[in-house]
Amino acid sequence: MTMALPTSPGKGRGRPLKKLHWLVEPYLYLSPAIILIALVMLVPLVVGISYAFQSISLLNPFETGWVGFANFEKLWADRLFWKALTNTFWWTLGSLFFQFFLGLGLALLLNRPFAGRGLVQALVFLPWAVPAFLSGLNWAWLFNPIIGPIPHWLAAIGIMDEPQNILANPKMALWGPIVANIWFGIPFFAITLLAALQSIPRDLYEAASIDGASVWQSFTKITVPFLAPTIAITVMLRTIWIANFADLIYIMTGGGPANSTHIISSYIFTTAFRRLDFAYASTLAIALLVLLLAYAMLILQMRKHLVKGI
Amino acid sequence: MASRTSFSVAGTLRYAAIILYVLFALFPIYWLVKIAITPDRLIYTEGTHIWPSTFTLDNFTSVLFLTDFLVYFKNSMIVSLGTAFFTTLVATAAGYAFSRFHFRGKAIIIALMLITQMFPLLMIIAPIYKIMAGLRLLDSLTGLIIVYTAFNVPFATFLMQGFFDGIPKDLEEAAMIDGCTRFEALRKVIFPLTLPGLAATLGFIFTAAWSELLFALMLINSDDKMTFPVGLKTFVSKFAVDWGQMMAAGTLALIPSCIFFILIQRFLVQGLTAGAVKG
Repeated sequence: MTMALPTSPGKGRGRPLKKLHWLVEPYLYLSPAIILIALVMLVPLVVGISYAFQSISLLNPFETGWVGFANFEKLWADRLFWKALTNTFWWTLGSLFFQFFLGLGLALLLNRPFAGRGLVQALVFLPWAVPAFLSGLNWAWLFNPIIGPIPHWLAAIGIMDEPQNILANPKMALWGPIVANIWFGIPFFAITLLAALQSIPRDLYEAASIDGASVWQSFTKITVPFLAPTIAITVMLRTIWIANFADLIYIMTGGGPANSTHIISSYIFTTAFRRLDFAYASTLAIALLVLLLAYAMLILQMRKHLVKGI
Repeated sequence: MASRTSFSVAGTLRYAAIILYVLFALFPIYWLVKIAITPDRLIYTEGTHIWPSTFTLDNFTSVLFLTDFLVYFKNSMIVSLGTAFFTTLVATAAGYAFSRFHFRGKAIIIALMLITQMFPLLMIIAPIYKIMAGLRLLDSLTGLIIVYTAFNVPFATFLMQGFFDGIPKDLEEAAMIDGCTRFEALRKVIFPLTLPGLAATLGFIFTAAWSELLFALMLINSDDKMTFPVGLKTFVSKFAVDWGQMMAAGTLALIPSCIFFILIQRFLVQGLTAGAVKG
């Protein structure tokens, strides 16, 4: 991150009042942000962590109090948690894999000029502007055999015996939100990677082509090394974001059928919102946080090696 | 150099790939609009046809005038505009401080702001509910604006800091030498230069607030306070078979985001490229 150098207040002008003003001034500009973030995010975060060690359920108001690690023991024994954990893994991996490779392909296509590129870019990035709840509803409708075409297509090419709603099939339902998420997320990767591609100096490619490098060689020897640091960071942030992203699943399946599509974050939301069991929701949230932190540290370590390797 | 035939094969493949991407991106949106304009009596017979044989705007008029759509729309407008306004105000001040001052605790404050971007927001949904209940801000648009503003301030601050970093600081120093206070210099000299940045931030925060579902579901429960996502979700669970109306409502909900997107999409890649070069 670039940091601005200090704007010194005119050296030797040091009258005490001015000096005090100089010291206080940045905090004046910052105080609304600090107060707001502290009260609405940091305090609730600490409170939320403390919930995991208590019993707080609005449906059982008389059974409150500190319970030590009881919630975590419950978590360990909760089959739905392990199911949601597995689903979180497949949901994140499936969404990320296709978002990334399709996004990279799109960025490479858009990086070379062609007639109508401006219009194409506006059109292919459009899904990103669709609010998540609407993407979810829209795809749930597309998967519905009464009004949506997808089940009929799947039946026509023989994947299904007859047009059915995959969202109602416990074995396949998770693919519904994954497809919606891929659709929604390709533009993000395409935009970020396109920006990174455009910052690669053109002369490198020219030099490589003069030296007789093939297109594939320029891609692997110039494009990939230049993109690698951006890719590592983007993939890390995206993974965390996708793992936390409960909207599509909540809208499209609500975690069903028969709890087969809950990921941890949608399970957290249902536990807090439907069952009003705040303690267990916080316990689940801590489990997710620990997993994501471990993941982020792993990726940052890998990125260090990557950057060193160049 | 590649021969002419292989060039045209590659070119055709490229165009085919581009067309596939465009179709994949637009098809769901097309389908939304298509069902919305298909007359109700035809939905079960031609619901899955690619093109409707006749079309109607009845679904739009019934959504607009027979449902609570306009109430949700108004609530979402209030919440999104309020959030965008307050977030940008707070974030501009904070971003300016980060860009122009060196001070004790800066690194800690930046680190705290980064932390707020890392943990799952759902982690605080329960505490926020209890705190909002204590402040009597449950089921209130004000409460929602406060929560959304806080959520969006860290990102908006970093965004605004980037815009301020791009403005030479000699400009306000010159104004201050000419006798302006720093705040006057900020208002008269710097502010006009950040207008594009301000507009981008306002737009981003507006769409973020416009799309937020889960906290709104948790914090709002009466019909007349529902924002658009909550209202639409409720509408869908209540009238799950009125396909035409639901899709008409969805189409209408898409309009504000699309307008905003068309306005800013050209700047997205440019802005990110500039950032990539700088970082």
